[in-house]
Amino acid sequence: MTLPPLPDDAIVLRVDVADWRDAVRAAGRALARSGATLPGYADRMIDVLEEFGAYIVIAPGLALAHARPGPDVRRSGLAVVTLADPVAFGHPHNDPVRVVLGLAVSNAEEHVASVADLANVFNERDAIDRIAAAETPAEVRAVLHVSGGEGRPATDAAGAPS
Amino acid sequence: MRIVAVCGVGVGSSAILKGNAERALDRLGLTADVSASDLAGVREAAADAQVVLTSTELADRVREALGRTWAEIIEVENYFDVEEIGRKLDASLG
Repeated sequence: MTLPPLPDDAIVLRVDVADWRDAVRAAGRALARSGATLPGYADRMIDVLEEFGAYIVIAPGLALAHARPGPDVRRSGLAVVTLADPVAFGHPHNDPVRVVLGLAVSNAEEHVASVADLANVFNERDAIDRIAAAETPAEVRAVLHVSGGEGRPATDAAGAPS
Repeated sequence: MRIVAVCGVGVGSSAILKGNAERALDRLGLTADVSASDLAGVREAAADAQVVLTSTELADRVREALGRTWAEIIEVENYFDVEEIGRKLDASLG
């Protein structure tokens, strides 16, 4: 099991957001744009935060926004949003957040292993800093060790269509 | 020995916590069956567990969901800090 591909559509760099809801919505838009979810999934990710608190800020500066599998998940997907200015999510230790990962899974059992792959990436201590500092989608993919996906060539791929 | 990693919805952060708890146990030379659970299912999932791992943010909710339990609830701050997880597991199990 490996992480879902991360096309350019699923990456938003240095976005301006007013608060944590905005930040999660940006991740939701990226997931919808890449075809992984329907737009309503963003609200379900916000609901998780409202119900359970900011526990999704799982490391200093990093939020893992996600919700349960549901009919608004078309296929498993990952999105990366970096923030121009960090925002507080309300976590006692790990605020403020600089990087939001948006995660959608179509089937809980199947994807626990895939999500665990994220641990391999972020166990490297500078991974969050490197993503926060990335200036291109290709740099983000390099840190996460993921591909841009098939079908739709990433703009950084050799021979990208003009 | 059984360990349960708990998060709100059971698909994201608990999976990461499970993976890094297994790494930490490995480094400590310990073996345990580590599973992931959501908050709603934690009572059943942790029925015969020695340790429940979760976020500081969720710890009170987990205590409430578990009621009376033999399991120790360990609060993890940084899910990617295998040393933190290992230190806390070692203090609990050692």
